[in-house]
This record gives sequence, structure tokens and C-alpha cells, in this order.
Amino acid sequence: MKLYTAKSENVSGKPVVLDDTILTKDMPTAAGSKMLDGYMSLFDAEIISKLKDAGFGICGKANVGEMAIDLLGETSYYGECTDESGKLVGASAEIVKNGEAVAAISMDVCGSSARAAAMSGLVYIKPTYGTVSRFGTIPAACSGECVAVSAKTASECREVLSAIAGHDDKDGTSLPEDKCALLKADAPRSEIKKIAIAKALVDSASDEVKALIESFKANADGVEFAPIDANELTYAQAAWNILMSAEVCNNVSKYDGVKYGYRAAEFSNIDELYTNSRTEAFGYLLKSTILFGSETLSEDNYMKVYDKALRVRRVIVEYFDKLFADFDAVLMPVSSKTAYTKADTDANTYIAYDESIYTAPASITGLPRAVVGGVQLVGKAFSENSLLDLATKVRKEGK
Amino acid sequence: MKYETVIGLEVHVEMATESKIFCSCSAKFGGEQNDHVCPACCGMPGMLPIVNKHVVDLGMTAGMMLNCDINRTTTFDKKSYYYPDLPNAYQTTQWFAPVCVNGTVDIKTSKGEKKVRIKQIHMEEDAGKLVHDDWTDSTLVDFNRTSVPLIEIVSQPDLSSAEEVIAYLERLRSLLRFAKVSDCRWEQGSMRCDVNLSVRPEGSDVLGVRTEMKNMNSLSAIERAIEYETARHIDAIENGTEVLVQETRRWDDIKGKSYAMRTKETAGDYRYFPDPNVMPVVIDDEWYNRIKETLPDLPEVKAQKFIELGLTEYDADQLIQSRALCDVFEAAYKTSGLAKESANWIITDCMTILNKKQMTADMLSISGKALGELIKLVAEEKVNRGNAKRILAVMFDEDINPQEYAEKNGLIVSNDTGKLEEVVKAVCAADPKSVEDYKNGKEKVFMALFGQCMKQLQGNCNPQALKEALLKELQ
Repeated sequence: MKLYTAKSENVSGKPVVLDDTILTKDMPTAAGSKMLDGYMSLFDAEIISKLKDAGFGICGKANVGEMAIDLLGETSYYGECTDESGKLVGASAEIVKNGEAVAAISMDVCGSSARAAAMSGLVYIKPTYGTVSRFGTIPAACSGECVAVSAKTASECREVLSAIAGHDDKDGTSLPEDKCALLKADAPRSEIKKIAIAKALVDSASDEVKALIESFKANADGVEFAPIDANELTYAQAAWNILMSAEVCNNVSKYDGVKYGYRAAEFSNIDELYTNSRTEAFGYLLKSTILFGSETLSEDNYMKVYDKALRVRRVIVEYFDKLFADFDAVLMPVSSKTAYTKADTDANTYIAYDESIYTAPASITGLPRAVVGGVQLVGKAFSENSLLDLATKVRKEGK
Repeated sequence: MKYETVIGLEVHVEMATESKIFCSCSAKFGGEQNDHVCPACCGMPGMLPIVNKHVVDLGMTAGMMLNCDINRTTTFDKKSYYYPDLPNAYQTTQWFAPVCVNGTVDIKTSKGEKKVRIKQIHMEEDAGKLVHDDWTDSTLVDFNRTSVPLIEIVSQPDLSSAEEVIAYLERLRSLLRFAKVSDCRWEQGSMRCDVNLSVRPEGSDVLGVRTEMKNMNSLSAIERAIEYETARHIDAIENGTEVLVQETRRWDDIKGKSYAMRTKETAGDYRYFPDPNVMPVVIDDEWYNRIKETLPDLPEVKAQKFIELGLTEYDADQLIQSRALCDVFEAAYKTSGLAKESANWIITDCMTILNKKQMTADMLSISGKALGELIKLVAEEKVNRGNAKRILAVMFDEDINPQEYAEKNGLIVSNDTGKLEEVVKAVCAADPKSVEDYKNGKEKVFMALFGQCMKQLQGNCNPQALKEALLKELQ
């Protein structure tokens, strides 16, 4: 089992571990892929200088699934990570759980880091799209992926998020500074008082997960809960899987064996160079995603499939808008079960596609999600501080 | 049976920006291989595209010059295909909402005037260049040109002969160069053309099978290729020599033939989709008007204005060959108030220097204001023409003020009659024989004495004043 793909010898400042999807000049970045094994970036991700300025040090890079699109890192070229009981765990989450880092920074593409935080009992925050620079992160599904933070406590999450949030001219999707400033630890925020429970999603989860939802409710003193059908939210899954796979297909097409990364030893022409390199260096789930994405973008399918998914995205954004007129946040599971084993991912290669029914609503809309007590809260845009305040309350931190 | 040829063109033009379309690398032509590159234009992961606003300026300018409607919200899309000169394996282009749509270009041919409709103009990035290395027998990639901004101008199939195509391309080139969108150099590849051609019986409204010839880069090749393709199509239709299929063909200008490259069936599916990393570009009124205001006159409108200033049609025509000449002329005229003189100095003297330096008219970069001042000095007889030419030559290399330069280098015509008399006296004293000859009626020697005086004065005198002074001395 390999938790770290690279480790720093001298860490100055409070240690933070980065998922191997975040580019660093002084350590290799492979995004869990044989294709990028040993790849050294010429530049650091934007968040690295921000972390250092805030007194954090990078203690190492953590193993991730290939392009971070799988369930819990099971597709990594460096192997999956499990705990003593054989349960799949996220490497960076486990590093934080072990106390080797105060926080982990991940790319939340399809929720694998959110699930990992739940599995390891951490607090997790994926901020509003555009509030943390994606400059220097390995791209997978750019329209929804975000830099996310997990830590043992909500206050540590907040401290790190506050450090990395901010406008960046090098990221064209970065929001203006006044919006990003709403994520700072001392920014004004409102209290979450009324939460909708997404019934369709809770009902589809296991009893253990339902119990976690109940436990969350029991600990959220003074918060009013009301069930809603939320059938609309289940459409996010198919739409996100379409958009995600198309974008992943496009983003990994640059890994062709020509410029850097893995190159097949045997080829007799340029087409073979491409085909052999990619065949040998990409894993099964990524290859499937490439094929799926390629199909959805084909001339025949674009309007029927991809364009429709973009429209569904709009519908879900509007659905949340309406919901947030009456509620401050939506409570839902982050996974169908509280534990997964290698046997689960072996039996169903596409388990991450299935499990994205819980994570797609926040991924496709760019809304912030928090994970606390093994369940997920999706909040209004820029409500990160409110979500983390509630997490503090539920966890009875500082008491 | 009589046939007509139906031709539509896709013209690629590299825009004259300092930097590339999505990164800050230089967009200049040439340079050492892979000198103008960064992680973004080399396709390394983690860099995000930032739209160069100047590219949008020039895209709008091109559209306005070609009477297009400007899409006030314009978006960028990804076009996927694999080729080693395309580092990201996708080209960022505009598929769904191009910056300009529905324009027209007026052309003139031996058959009269015609309006060619423009379907759209879109902005996109160029690809790199493959270089074959014979020494190692391998193919290498030069990414200098990768992400250099292009516009692609797509015409409707309104053209029907090589003559019309050439007229259209020349008009396009003139308009785009005039608006400083591009230098449009065929030989450097900053202007390239794809020719879509089909043939049908005259009067038919059904289009024939279309073939496309890509990346044509000279007018003469385009002319020959159109003639060859037209004949090939007619031959196929009339004599059944071959079955025409929709395909991309390569024109071999040396052999004078076109060859099939790929058919529609084997053509790639480009899998276009909106680039999520580039936010839609919204062109507000302020931006739109700013570009509209900087739009130059059409060349023929400018020529008319020049003629109204008193230039001949010929001179006006010479000036509108290049926007640089017009700019210098306008500034020189504004300063000097002398239209004819300003035009002459540019058309004759500046062009002579440019030719000597093996530079084109577009490269004329002297200050028009300074030229105007120089013309004024000559008109006021403060500097003679010969010295003025010398000063002009210096202006090509240095940014000088002509008056100050003339004063500093003793090139100002002297009005000091005392000095004139002094020189005349000295010359006459030194050459008593000539003076004697003159007095004896040999008037020819006058010019010799005049020349000696002029030489001593280094030409810096009013010839009339000198003549008078010399006559006086000789009386």
C-alpha cells in the first residue's frame, strides 16, 4: 500500500499533503497514471505559494486514482489503499487521519475525495466553483472540478480554505476578488437554520448511511429539517457523467506519447506511437471514460447527448436556486455505503459512475459541498463559512 | 454542355498581435526553433487559457472591414484531432458562436462587379510545425507557431472562376493589411487558403460533388489548381474518367496535379464542444464603439480624399498600396500642409531608401510628422534638397528632429550675406584668371566660379543670393 507518491524531507510550517493531481516543481506529479509516472512540472500550482504564505508546508504528495475520477483511488497506477480491515481509503485522507498532515488538498472531480473524507471520518469542504485557482492542477473535468480541503476539524478546514481562496488572473474561470473574499475565515456569514433533506437520495442509500443522516440531524441543535422529494437531483448523475467523460476524454488527449510522459517502446508510425502509448499507459476506467466521452461528443450524438446534458445542468442550477429561497442547505448522503472493499470495485468497474448520484448535484452546479459525520451538505454559493460553522456545531468542536 | 464552377474559400490569416492567443509568448514570425514557447503552448497540464483581448479587437476589426455582424457574445470551442504539431490534441477555435457573421466583400473582375458573401469569421489558434531532420531521420516539432492567433474567413460558395478568386483574395488582403489585422504574407504562411470547388451544368441549382484543396499558399498555385480541378471535374462528368467523391485533395504545384488525401468517410470527427476554461467573451457597446472608431477608411475612400487634397490619381493609388504609406503621408501633410510634396517624398525618396534596404512599403516606420517638418524646411529654403535627402536617410535609422539635426550638422542654408560676400571674394581672389576671362566676355566661367563658391559653402546658401553676390563681385 502506497499512501505517498512523494515525500518532502524538510517541511517548514504546518504540514499539508497534496493529492497527486496538484502540480509541484520539486516533486513528481502523475495523477495516479502510468502515463505521467515521474512527470516533473515546470511550475507550481497557484495554491502552493498561497499555502506557504499562510505558514503551511507541503509534506508530500498522496496517491490518487487515475485522474481522480474513480471511487476511492482504486485505479491508481501505484495501487489502491486500504485500512487494516481491508476497507478502501483515500490516501491523503488517511495521511490526515494518521496525524501526519493537518489537512489534505484534493481535486474534487467526481467526489472521490469527498467520499474519502467520509470513509476516514474527516471534515471536508469543496468550495464554490471559481473561488480557488485551478492553475497548476491536472485537468480532468474543468467545468466542475474544484480544489477541495479535508481535515480532522472544521476549523482546520476553514484555515486552509481561507489561505487558498482568492482571485487568480491565470485562471480564466476565477471569480473576482470580492466573491473569493467571502471564503476568508473572518468574512461575514449567515447561520444555517433550515435544511432540506433530499429524500430520493437518502432512500437509495444503505441503512448505515441513513443512520448517519439521522445522527447528523440529532446533533444539529436548533436547525429545522424538512424532507423534499428531490427527484430532479437524481438527473444530475447522468448529466455529470456525460459532461465529465467528454471533458476527461478531451483533457487526457494531450497525453499522446509525443512530448512527455510514457511512450511505448514499439511503434512503426505516428498512429502506432499514439495507440500503443495510450493502450499501455492508461487504466481500464480511464479508457472506458475516454470511449464514453468520445461517443457523447461525436457529431451524431452531440445534440442528443452532450447538449442535452448542458441543458440538464441548467435545470439543476435553477432547481437549487428555487430550493434556496426556502432552505439554507440540502442534506444528502455522499455515498451509498459507509465502507467499500476491493471486491466492490472489482465487481463493478463503473461503481464511481453509479456512486456519483450523490456527488453529481454539487459537481455539476459548482455549489459548495461539505462532508461531516459521513454525510453531505450542499450549500448556497459562497456559503462555505456557514457550512463549516454548522459542521463545528454538529461535531461539538471546542466543547 | 456548358458548365459553371462553384467555389467557396476558407482563408486563414495570422493576426498581427505581439503575443499568442492564450498565453504571453511572442507571436513573432521566425526565431530559433521552440524559442517562443511556454508550458501552455506546449500542451503541458495545469496551464489555463487566458484570452488575448487584442485578438478579439482584431477579429472585430476584420469583421467590420468585411461588413459583418459582430456577435456580442462570442465563445471558444475545442476541436479534437491528433497530430504531433497540435500539442493539446485539440485546437481552440470558435464553432458555436464565431465573432463575426454575414459579411460581404466587393470584387471587380473583367466581368464587372460582384458581392461575395461572407458566412463567418472565427478566431482560433495556429498549430506548430513539423521539421524533418535528415541527419537523424526523424521528425521534430517546432512549437513557435503553436497558438499564434488566426482568423478564418469563410465565404459562401459565390465565386465562379480563378479570376474571381484572385480578385477576392487580393481585396481581402488589401482590406486586412489596411486595417492592420495581419501582414498577410503568403510566403511566410500568414495567409493561407482552402479552396472548396464543385462543377455543375450552367443554370443548374443543384451543387455538384465538392472537393477541397487545403493550405494553398500562393495566388499562382491557387489559379492553376482551380483550373486543373475544374477540368478534372468536367472530364469526370462528361467522359466518366473517374467517379467524383467528396474528399480533401492536396495540390502539387510542381507536378501541376491534385491528389486525393482523404474522403468524407475517413475524415475525422472533430468532436467540437464549448471550452469550459474560456468564459464567453462579451463585447459591450464601449468595446464595440472603440473598435468602430479606429476603423480606417477603405483604401478607395482614402484615395479619393487624397485626390481632393490635390494628388494625382496615380500618386493616390501608390499611397494606398500600403497603410504605412498612408499614415506617413497623412502625418507629413498635416505638419507641412503640402500634399504634393509629401506624396513625392514618400513615393520617390522613401521608396528608394526602402528598396535599398530591401524593405517593403509596409515597413516604412519613419515619423510622418518629422517628414512633414523636413518638407517644410525645404519649402522655406532653409535646407536644400540634397541635404534634405541626407537627413531623410538618417530618419530611417534614428528618431531625429530634422531642424535640430540640420542645425547641429551645419546643413541649414545660410542667409548671412556677409558670409556670402566673404566666400565670393575669397574664391575670386584665388582664381584671378577666371575673373579676368569673365570680364573678357567668357560668361561660361561664371558657373565654374559659382560652383566653387557653393562647394565652400557646403551647399548651405540660397542659390539666388549667391548668384547675385557673385555677379556684383564680378562687375
